[in-house]
Amino acid sequence: MKKELGLLGLLVLLCLAVCGVELGKQLHAGATISQLELPRFLSQTNLTNTANLIGLFGIFSIGIGLVIITGGIDLSVGSMCALVGVLLAMALSEWHWPWPLAVGVALLIPMLLGWAHGWLITRMKMQPFIVTLCGLLIYRGAARYLAGDATKGFTAARGIDALRSLTSGKFLGIPMPFVMLIVIGVIMWVVLHRSVYGRYLFAVGRNEEAARFSGINTRLIIAGSYVLAGLLAGISAICFAFYTNSISPSNHGNFYELYGIAAAVLGGCSLRGGEGSILGIVIGTTLLLVLQNLVNLLEISSSLNFAVMGSVVLVGVLADQILQKRRLKTQGARH
Amino acid sequence: MPDTPLLEMRGIGKRFPGVVALDNVSLSVGKGDVLALCGENGAGKSTLMKILGGVYQPDEGQVLVDGQPVKINNVTDAMKLGIAFIHQELNVLDNLDIAANVFLGREPLIEPFKLINRRKIHADTEPYLKRLGLDIASDTKLRDLSIAQQQMVEIAKAMSLNARIIIMDEPSSSLTLTETECLLKLVCELSGQGVSIIYISHRLGEIEHCADRVAVLRDGKNAGELNHDEISHDRMVGLMVGREIKSFYVQSEAKQTPGFLKVRDARSSRYPTESVSFDAAKGEILGFAGLVGAGRSEIAKVLVGLDEQGSAEVSLGGESLSISSARDSIRHGIYLVPEDRRGEGLIVGMTVRENITLPDLPKYARAGLIQRDREERVSKEQVESLKVKTPTIEALIRNLSGGNQQKVVIGKWLAMGPKVLILDEPTRGIDVGAKSEIYKLMRTLAGNGAVILMISSDMEEVLNVSDRVAVMHEGRITGVLDRATCNEENIMQLATGRSVASARPAFAA
Repeated sequence: MKKELGLLGLLVLLCLAVCGVELGKQLHAGATISQLELPRFLSQTNLTNTANLIGLFGIFSIGIGLVIITGGIDLSVGSMCALVGVLLAMALSEWHWPWPLAVGVALLIPMLLGWAHGWLITRMKMQPFIVTLCGLLIYRGAARYLAGDATKGFTAARGIDALRSLTSGKFLGIPMPFVMLIVIGVIMWVVLHRSVYGRYLFAVGRNEEAARFSGINTRLIIAGSYVLAGLLAGISAICFAFYTNSISPSNHGNFYELYGIAAAVLGGCSLRGGEGSILGIVIGTTLLLVLQNLVNLLEISSSLNFAVMGSVVLVGVLADQILQKRRLKTQGARH
Repeated sequence: MPDTPLLEMRGIGKRFPGVVALDNVSLSVGKGDVLALCGENGAGKSTLMKILGGVYQPDEGQVLVDGQPVKINNVTDAMKLGIAFIHQELNVLDNLDIAANVFLGREPLIEPFKLINRRKIHADTEPYLKRLGLDIASDTKLRDLSIAQQQMVEIAKAMSLNARIIIMDEPSSSLTLTETECLLKLVCELSGQGVSIIYISHRLGEIEHCADRVAVLRDGKNAGELNHDEISHDRMVGLMVGREIKSFYVQSEAKQTPGFLKVRDARSSRYPTESVSFDAAKGEILGFAGLVGAGRSEIAKVLVGLDEQGSAEVSLGGESLSISSARDSIRHGIYLVPEDRRGEGLIVGMTVRENITLPDLPKYARAGLIQRDREERVSKEQVESLKVKTPTIEALIRNLSGGNQQKVVIGKWLAMGPKVLILDEPTRGIDVGAKSEIYKLMRTLAGNGAVILMISSDMEEVLNVSDRVAVMHEGRITGVLDRATCNEENIMQLATGRSVASARPAFAA
């Protein structure tokens, strides 16, 4: 909980800083206190936009986080997003499937792919990095081949208004992806922090051998995390498809897996496994996206986008490392 | 006796926040002396040795080498003074060969490109191996050596550093009986060559065998020293715990039902051509003795379904069981307390509560959600009845001592009512007090009608705890000894593959 509070504090600090800088700019431009306008960061459009992105990225980041908790990694999410997007667009606007069927398939495929990852990792004893790296390459290739490298969209699709408002509409003024993130976050919080499966995930991540000796079906638990990651990637891929409205198979979803990993790690997941929390992952995602928002609003060159993100993750994890070391030292001295 | 001892520690004191780890401890070692250092876990042995190794600085007192006060700031300083450390957990790189390990960081080089001089490194290594009687080529990879041989390589490394004092921390804990004998012989030889040895061990028999002197620590203080002719098991134990103990061991009083557990034709993936069959009675503690590598742990893993290539016909109380995974064996009440406590028995980064409830978690859950209060109740019960020393059930296993960790492993199975409990090296690295508690516990469990199978390489433990002893050699049982015939000599004969007239078959056909 300490970690999450720290992150939350950092987030609040960041938001305040953005507002402060914006207000400062207005003052600098000669505005008096009474003339000050609401910082753009707090404008409704900006908040809605940012919330929407947090939802989109947060959903699959939770999936990646679960995999990381088992001590694995999932690099295939971005390509999966492209593959699902392409398939969904083609199913709706070229093959004219009814949308519930298309959505069902769009969720089933990433789950099957996740299951395949899990099978290769647990049964064939392949390393998660390699399995999902190959996934990253294969699904990108498959998406481009299926689409013939053409951008796919939903213009020819009929009768998908319900789906569109479900994935990119608003609920009480809040963007749907954000609502979904909250719902999924609560469900996954219960699963990870209160259920038997969640305890097993942590156990397997901490010490797979000891978990096996305690009679836990470690393969099933690990494979399950990849299936869940696939499902969550599928959900956010569908939302992304309607967010961008056109899917260019060669760059749709590029680097998303890295956002997910960065968010999970920033949120307190250890790549060694056995550590992490849903709240942390969600706050981590939020932090990353607010940071990007900041880069835009403060008119920092967008070329620096990744560099800023990288630096923040680096500093965040470093600070955590140092704090942990200090904590261990005061603890260890008692022994 | 030379006038100035080679090494002297005078009035050493070391405090950690809240704890006095060492209080006015003195120690001296002469040239070629074998000094045994013993004491319960937490008595301060490791701290004292870490001061010698340069890991800690003493708050009080001084260290003298050759009568000169020295300051040991780090491992390099210790090395320069000729102090070498052989740790319980070996510090070897098993992907490299013997020569590379011996000369790690000091490789002979060919200038100007600083390439390793392969011919010289091997030529330089051979004499050390010869001196230690290790008849293995110096280009053998460490992973192809036994633990005992790897330990020899560490000793060779110490010799190559011109070590005058070698500190051995529990060197025999993962060695077989014959390997231990070789090690003890080597200790004598080294001391004959003028190398001093500080030998830390829980196995008092070894100390009786090899030590010139014994220094005993208790609660961070000198508890006493024994000279060569005063060394005896009882006196050492007396000093360690501060009172005379007659015996840790409790005799069998349980009513036994023979043939309750029947194991037939058990084959492990390590010895696929050998099969093991035995019977064990309800209420019995059946010891499994043998050399390390005799296949005892492997058979244990087969019995609990952890060896996927292994197979066995197991029947319990007349009912034949099919076991193909750990879940199957757990369902039938057959549990394993594994040899590697931290690696296999426990998840050290999780709490006492989480570890105790782990194997039976669905029982504490409703609709897949864990009921925290039920978990807490059972963990508290186990912690109290086993007298686990932990501040709360929410403490991390990592922060408990070895003996208390072992109690938690046992506790997680006790909470599930064992019918057969297999304990693999149950008291390795555990202090004398906790040991006797674990023995009592095993006896109580047997008395309550469980079958206890105890794998142990500690001869005293095997002799004093078991009702019968099955001895294994290279994958098969060479004989079973009952209390009347079970003695060290018979066990050793069977363990080395010879037969013993008084041994009985492992089961009634």
